[in-house]
Amino acid sequence: MSGKTITRMDLSEAVFREVGLSRNESADLVESVLQHMSDALVRGETVKISSFGTFSVREKSARMGRNPKTGEEVPILPRRVLSFRPSHLMKDRVAAGNRR
Amino acid sequence: MIRSELIQKIADENPHLYQRDVERIVNTIFEEIIDAMAEGNRVELRGFGAFSVKQRDARTGRNPRTGEAVHVEAKCVPFFKTGKLLRERLNGG
Repeated sequence: MSGKTITRMDLSEAVFREVGLSRNESADLVESVLQHMSDALVRGETVKISSFGTFSVREKSARMGRNPKTGEEVPILPRRVLSFRPSHLMKDRVAAGNRR
Repeated sequence: MIRSELIQKIADENPHLYQRDVERIVNTIFEEIIDAMAEGNRVELRGFGAFSVKQRDARTGRNPRTGEAVHVEAKCVPFFKTGKLLRERLNGG
């Protein structure tokens, strides 16, 4: 594994190369895609991107947790967590690309 | 929300762009993320989350229908960790 980290900048660069908008506008578009996805999730919607994957919000109920360092019991409040389920296509491509 | 609805929202906000360009933009973003992970890279989108690749060891699985033991080879799987800002927003922060 090469272990590079890709960021928003690399995604906007890819959009810039693909569509030929300005770098600034490409960056704004990447940001608005992430913003719309986040907003939908915050509203409690599931975001389903075909051949990429599905983001869904799950409700977790309250439970007793434990501070692993002190062993002390602490209440964990009910909360919402995001889960991501990769598509078959993503799983296949990630598995194939990282095989050696 | 599905891919086409996301594309529509971006198109509505950018009336100066052709619909087909908006489609290419959105598709490019998701395509780049998959490509990066297929190369073993990590994709870090601050505030939203990070996509990474995790290794799974080989194991002996079971065919749930027949109960028969089957060898499952070691493989790499995609993983997503929610970003701090989004996690806070999900919980009213």
